[in-house]
Amino acid sequence: MTGRDLLGIEGLDRTDLERILETAERMQEVGRRDVKKVPTLRGRTLINLFFEASTRTRTSFEIAGKRLSADVVNFTPSSSSLTKAESILDTAMTLDAMDPDAVIVRHKVAGVPKRIADALAAPVINAGDGAHEHPTQALLDCFTVKQEKGRFDGLTVTIIGDITHSRVARSNLYAFTKLGAEVRLAAPPTMLPTGIESLGAKAYTSLREALEGADVVMVLRIQQERLDGCFFPSIREYASTFGIDRAKLRYAKDDVIVMHPGPINRGVEIAHDLADRRPSVILDQVRNGVAVRMAVLYQFAGRSAKREG
Amino acid sequence: MAASSTTSGAASPPAGGVRVVLDDVAIRRALVRIAHEVVERTETLPELYLVAIPNGGVPLARIIAAQVRAISGLEVPVGILDTTLYRDDLTARGVRPPLRRTEMPSAVDDRAVVLVDDVVSTGRTIRAAMDALMDFGRPRSVQVIGLVDRGHRELPIKIDFVGKNVPTQREERVVLRGLSGDLEGPLEVVILESDGGAA
Repeated sequence: MTGRDLLGIEGLDRTDLERILETAERMQEVGRRDVKKVPTLRGRTLINLFFEASTRTRTSFEIAGKRLSADVVNFTPSSSSLTKAESILDTAMTLDAMDPDAVIVRHKVAGVPKRIADALAAPVINAGDGAHEHPTQALLDCFTVKQEKGRFDGLTVTIIGDITHSRVARSNLYAFTKLGAEVRLAAPPTMLPTGIESLGAKAYTSLREALEGADVVMVLRIQQERLDGCFFPSIREYASTFGIDRAKLRYAKDDVIVMHPGPINRGVEIAHDLADRRPSVILDQVRNGVAVRMAVLYQFAGRSAKREG
Repeated sequence: MAASSTTSGAASPPAGGVRVVLDDVAIRRALVRIAHEVVERTETLPELYLVAIPNGGVPLARIIAAQVRAISGLEVPVGILDTTLYRDDLTARGVRPPLRRTEMPSAVDDRAVVLVDDVVSTGRTIRAAMDALMDFGRPRSVQVIGLVDRGHRELPIKIDFVGKNVPTQREERVVLRGLSGDLEGPLEVVILESDGGAA
């Protein structure tokens, strides 16, 4: 782990990823105890700085921090000085002056966590920035796959949906490729960025071909808040061509698992009856998110108050 | 490892600053004796619970458990308790130490817990282990087995069952080697003199 901040999976190597996943396994054991709390980050302060809506990621970081005995402060933009036109950077620097041991940032614009990290003394953890990266989501997805399959080498992971706008797809593409799995991306042509194959994935516009022999199917949310243009004729048409149901899953391996980063649009990208039961592991992903974020906080929170060098 | 410049003539080490203080035979003999002492000094033997501190404590606890079974016929549970998350020295800089396995197969409430560690020195690991143990419940008593006690205590912690007292220099390192996961494999305790380098 060379960097002080966790801004993306792109900057990590396979050893870093394996180290975090192994740490998360140990953290999972803490979560199974009666007393789900260890004193590791006692006396340390974490700030959740979420400029964009979030249920699971913010809560997950908060629970993870508390299980490590850190004090967790949630910053809510709607009740902050941002409404008095304070800039994002000024807000971040103000919070930094209160000496937090890590700042967890989510913003709808790609690159904001990096800008904040450059200005702050505290380590910054990216909790999702625009269409750039969402590293802890990718880590918890990898963790879930490791628990289900026990390995990455030789696995085929098919990611389906709006690849262009998806930070989850990008982070997972980096993570699974670095860990030795094959990544396929499937989407209507309007949602498949050109040149994406240069990152080591195979791109498909035929869902059936992309599903052939897949071990893991990762379904992305149709993010209606990010779709300002015309990407497909209608939600119904998307649901019938790229929405995942049990019939389409027959092309994949018999022991395929289905993942989704949430929140789900039932009946759009994933069929109603598929979301809640095997082979879907969506709630396991949420559960694993806490252990993975504990591992990330263990590695990054409070790691040198000042930038080195 | 570069040959240490400070190695003096006395008990000169054969291989560049490595000195064996307990070989496999001596370790097993010490563990047999400790097992007898544990049986003798535990009033309610069925409540005995050996809790190993990884990595070194794990094979030692298994060997002691087998001995206790041979002596008394009782099956003694062996737990593994990692103390890393309870340490008091997580530094600000650098990579955090890797976490090790924790597996506590039985509840600790009302048990006569005996912690098992390979080398005891400052007492900080035992302190961390006691804090961790309390998060699992309320043991009736807690005692400590240390295969080697090398001194330099920094906390008021006493070792109840000692394999061997080994006076050391503070800068030396004392390690249990031969942890293959195979109980039959040979074990040894060695002193790595001065800066032992990357182990």
